[in-house]
Amino acid sequence: MTGASQRSTGLGRTRPRPRFRWRWGRAGLAVAILGWLTFALGPYVWMFLTSLKPKSELYTSPVQVLPHSVTFLGYKLLFTTTPFLRYFLNSAIVSAGTVALATVAAVLAAYALSRFRIPGKTYILIGLLVTQLIPSVLMVMPLFLTLRTIGLLNTWWGLILVDTAFALPFTTYLLTGFMDAVPKQLDEAAMIDGCNEITAFRWVLAPLLVPGIAASSTYVFIYSWNEFVYALTFTSTTVSRTLPVGLRTFIGEYLIRWDLLTAGGVISVIPTILFFMLVQRNLIAGLTAGAVKG
Amino acid sequence: MVRTSAPRSRSLNPRLRRRLVPALLLAPAALLLVLVIGYPLVRAILLTFQNFNMLQPSRTTWVGLQNFVQVFHNPVFWIAMRNTLVWVASAVSLQLVFGFIGALLLNQTFFGRDVVRGVLLIPWATPSVLVALMWMWMLDGNYGIVNELLVRVGILKTFFPFLSSPHTALPTLIMIDVWQGIPFFAVMLLAALQAIPLELEQAARVDGANPAQVLWHVKVPLLLPTILITTILRLIWTANYMDLMFVMTNGGPGYATTTMPFFAYTEAYRRIHFSTGATAAFVQALLLGLVIIVYIRILRRQQVV
Repeated sequence: MTGASQRSTGLGRTRPRPRFRWRWGRAGLAVAILGWLTFALGPYVWMFLTSLKPKSELYTSPVQVLPHSVTFLGYKLLFTTTPFLRYFLNSAIVSAGTVALATVAAVLAAYALSRFRIPGKTYILIGLLVTQLIPSVLMVMPLFLTLRTIGLLNTWWGLILVDTAFALPFTTYLLTGFMDAVPKQLDEAAMIDGCNEITAFRWVLAPLLVPGIAASSTYVFIYSWNEFVYALTFTSTTVSRTLPVGLRTFIGEYLIRWDLLTAGGVISVIPTILFFMLVQRNLIAGLTAGAVKG
Repeated sequence: MVRTSAPRSRSLNPRLRRRLVPALLLAPAALLLVLVIGYPLVRAILLTFQNFNMLQPSRTTWVGLQNFVQVFHNPVFWIAMRNTLVWVASAVSLQLVFGFIGALLLNQTFFGRDVVRGVLLIPWATPSVLVALMWMWMLDGNYGIVNELLVRVGILKTFFPFLSSPHTALPTLIMIDVWQGIPFFAVMLLAALQAIPLELEQAARVDGANPAQVLWHVKVPLLLPTILITTILRLIWTANYMDLMFVMTNGGPGYATTTMPFFAYTEAYRRIHFSTGATAAFVQALLLGLVIIVYIRILRRQQVV
């Protein structure tokens, strides 16, 4: 790809652009992108390389960059001697549950906020952003007491409810902005044609919302897949412990198991990579409509 | 601003319906927010005026402002305050600058752009505990690749323990947070950049503006609302974020990386002074709220938003 198509608008007439400048621009762009890629992905490459090294090659000086003999022992130990798979499963269930619950609740709320006359709509939207101010440290203890009372400590549901509630404000805010961007006349026309609010939403609005929902559910997924403070406090057993909390248990009192940690790290990043490859295009499109409303 | 013309209902009294339908739509979200955020929040705020003890909850009494007095007299609180200021200001401003440059880069056309866009987001989506562990391993004082590379290119003479030296610990954590936060800014700003109609840029170019002028006079003003909201969100998240300190440095060496949320957490859960911990967290939230109100006011006055 040459990128030359961008310049074919004919606007160059006013200012003749010498060819060499354009070439330097392309080279600069390439260097910048490659530099950024190295900076962003270097740590993952290093983690992957470490996970393939036998223990004798982990602690060498000078540091040995590439593994001499590749081993999968770290991965084998991870699956056979630690509850890593269980942590992974817990994280997957909590994240999937949170994404589903938060998306449904946020879409419904955003529909109401965008399409009905809600008294104090502006204040509700500001209120949603204000909830983001609350430090999790402040909420941990009262939530712990509440969850204990209703018996949801050490359960998937406990974490799903908490994560959903904390992801909901931003998701609702994003989706409301997104729906406001869809012209009202579209659903009005549908209603004239015999739809009610629900069917108009289902057949007219929902298909147009796919990118917005992709963007908001990405946010929810990242939030719950990464959430640490609540998961740490509300899970004390393997039964519901999530990946971030589980990974931390590999840090012993005296010894850090880098072989296990790097292998576990590599595996925990894979779903994220796949997820992003899938939603990348919709994510940008979704944020375009949702975020710009400001 | 009336947004809804009367819905054409057949089965139900239209006025009742107009009230009932939105109420039902809002119910699940409202219920969740009230039960999981509202109620515990009220409980937490009440706790700041009580001397709650986890081990003897029945002995809780009202103590007025005693917790606040105690927190303000704690020298660590002020150290944490200073660290938080440094942490938030430098992390967010660096992310904004590099995220903006990144958004401009990603808005160009180049080979494999879609893949690059997806891949560059990965740091943002990586669990912070994993980020902490990855960097701990890379920054290791004996076997870390960062030290190795810095020695090989001649910047360092010998390996340096970045995380256990008081002067480099916080800057190192800031660098890691910047590494993780750039993609968030880049993707939000890229989305906003793509929403700018091409005609605007073309019109400016026809009028003789060069690319830098187009950027400054056409794009930046249109991006400002997004910059504002992204910065506010990131400001809040960064101020409340303590996972890195929790896993990597434990607030140390000394108190070098103790920020407000970490201080509050240690008070509440390690020293089991829950009330003072909650008070510190509450004070932090109030200050943050104040900063944001001032920030919005200033921008309003300059008619930016």
